[in-house]
Amino acid sequence: MKQKITDTLLQVATWLAAALTFGALFFLIAYILARGIPHIRPSLFALHYNTQNVSLLPALITTVLTVVLSLAVAVPLGLFTAIYLVEYAKRGNCLVALVRMTAETLSGIPSIVYGLFGMLFFVTWLGWGFSILAGTFTLAIMILPLILRTAEESLKAVPDAYREGAFGLGAGRLRTVFRIVLPAAAPGILAGVILAVGRIVGETAALIYTAGTVAQIPESLMASGRTLSVHMYALSSEGLYTGQAYATAVVLLVLVAGINTLSAALAKKIGEG
Amino acid sequence: MREQSLRENLMKAVFLTSALISILTVALICLFLFANGIPAMGKIGFFRFLLGREWSPSDLPPAFGILPMMLGSLYVTAGSILIGVPIGIFTAVFLAKVCPKPLYRVLKPAVDLLAGIPSVVYGFFGLVTIVPMVRRMFGGNGSSILAASLLLGLMILPTIIGITESAIRAVPGELYDGAVALGASHERAVFRVLLPAAKSGILAAVVLGIGRAIGETMAVIMVAGNQARMPEGILKGVRTLTANIVLEMGYAAELHREALIATGVVLFVFILLINLLFSALRKEGRS
Repeated sequence: MKQKITDTLLQVATWLAAALTFGALFFLIAYILARGIPHIRPSLFALHYNTQNVSLLPALITTVLTVVLSLAVAVPLGLFTAIYLVEYAKRGNCLVALVRMTAETLSGIPSIVYGLFGMLFFVTWLGWGFSILAGTFTLAIMILPLILRTAEESLKAVPDAYREGAFGLGAGRLRTVFRIVLPAAAPGILAGVILAVGRIVGETAALIYTAGTVAQIPESLMASGRTLSVHMYALSSEGLYTGQAYATAVVLLVLVAGINTLSAALAKKIGEG
Repeated sequence: MREQSLRENLMKAVFLTSALISILTVALICLFLFANGIPAMGKIGFFRFLLGREWSPSDLPPAFGILPMMLGSLYVTAGSILIGVPIGIFTAVFLAKVCPKPLYRVLKPAVDLLAGIPSVVYGFFGLVTIVPMVRRMFGGNGSSILAASLLLGLMILPTIIGITESAIRAVPGELYDGAVALGASHERAVFRVLLPAAKSGILAAVVLGIGRAIGETMAVIMVAGNQARMPEGILKGVRTLTANIVLEMGYAAELHREALIATGVVLFVFILLINLLFSALRKEGRS
C-alpha cells in the first residue's frame, strides 16, 4: 500500500516536472511573441540607427558579419586540428592528450572570461581597440572547442575501411582525407558549425568589451559594432525602448529556432546515412 | 611524385600548426589573465581581496573585497541548483522512460531550443515576468537572489536534462527488466534501479549545471539587483562575480581595473576546478 502511494507520488512528480519545464518554455515563447510581434515595424529595419527608429538592422548585419568572420577563423583551425588528431597523430602521441585537455578547459570557461581575455589581448595588447576584429577573434576562440570536438567525433565515425580502400587504390594520405574522409564526415562537422553559429548569435558578455556597443553598421573591421544580442541588452538596460527590446527578442528567437531546425535536420541525415 | 610528397608534408605541417595554435590559445588566456590579475591581488593583499567584506572602489581609500560577490555567486548558484536539478532529473526520467514516442519527437527539439535561447532573452524575460512576480508575492523590489535563482534554474534545465537523459539511456536494459521481473513496479524500477545505476552521469550533469550557473552573466545582471554588499536574504539584491566584471569594467581604471581582472581570475579558477570534477566524474561513469 505504502509502495503504491510512493509510486503515484513519483509518477505525479515526473509529469509535473515535465509540465513545468515545457510549460515555462512555452510561456516564454508565447509571452515574447505576443508582446514583441506588435512592435515589429518597418522602421525597425531602417539602414541607419537613430534614437527615433531604434533600428535593429545594423545590429543584424553586424551579427551576420561576426558569424561569418568568426567561422572563417575557427572552422579551419578546429577542423585542421581535428584532422591532425584523428588522421595524422600516432597512438599515444602526447600532443593528442594536450589538445584534448585544452578543448575541455576551453569549453567550460564562462563567456565573460573570454571577454576579459579578448579585451586584454586583442583590444589592449595588440592595440586593435573596440573592433569587430577583436570581437571576432574572441568569439572564434570561444567556439573553437565546439568545432574541434564535433569535427573530431565525425572524423572518428568514418569507418577505417574507407581509408584502407583509398590507400589500397594508391591515394596519398592528404587525398584520402580531403576526397574520402571529409565528405563522409561533412554532415556531422556542419552540425557542429551550426551549433557554433547559435552560440555566436546568443553571445553578449564576450562582446561588450571587445567589439564594443556602437549601434551602426561598422565601416571597417577596426570599427566597433554591436550584434543583435548586445543590441538587445543595450535596449533593455537603457529601459527606454521596451517595445523594441521585445521585437528584438522575437527576431533573436526566430533566428535561434531556425538554427536549431537546421542542425536537427542535419543530425537526422547523419542518423539515416 | 615529388610535388605530391611536398604537398603532403606541407599540409601535415599546416595541420600540426593548427593543433599547436589551439593549445597556444589556452596558454595565452591563462598567461594574460594571471599576469594582469595576480599583481592586483598582491597590491590589495591576497586575503583582503578574497575575504574582504567591502567593495567600494571609488572610496578614499578604496576597498576591494570580493567576498560579497563570491557569496552572491554561491547563493544564486545554490538556488538555481535547488530548483533546476530536481525538475531537470524528473523531466529527464519523463523523456527517457515515460513519454510516448510521438510526444518525444516534439519535446526533444524543445529541450534543444531551451538550450539555444540567448541569455539576454532569458534575462529580459526574467526582468518582465519573474521580477514583478517576486515583487508582488513577497514584496521588496523583486530583483533578488530568488529571482536570479528561478531564472538560472530554468536556464540550466537543458544541461541537466540532456546529460541525465543520456545517462539513464546508457544503463543496460536488463537492469530494468530484472527489477520488474522481481516484482518491482515501473516507478520503483526506474527510481531505485535505473537512477542509482546512472548516478555518476547525473552527478556530472549537476556539476556542469553548476558551471553554467556560476558563469552566467547577462541574465543574472538583469534580475539580481547587483548591489555590491554582503547578501542579506533571498529577497534582497545581490551581485555575482560575473556581474561585477561587466558592470564596472566600462569605467574602471588602474587598480580598480586590475581588481576586476583579478575577479575574473577567481572565476576562472572556480571553473577550472569544476571542470576537473566534471571530467573525473565522467571518467568514473565510463569505467
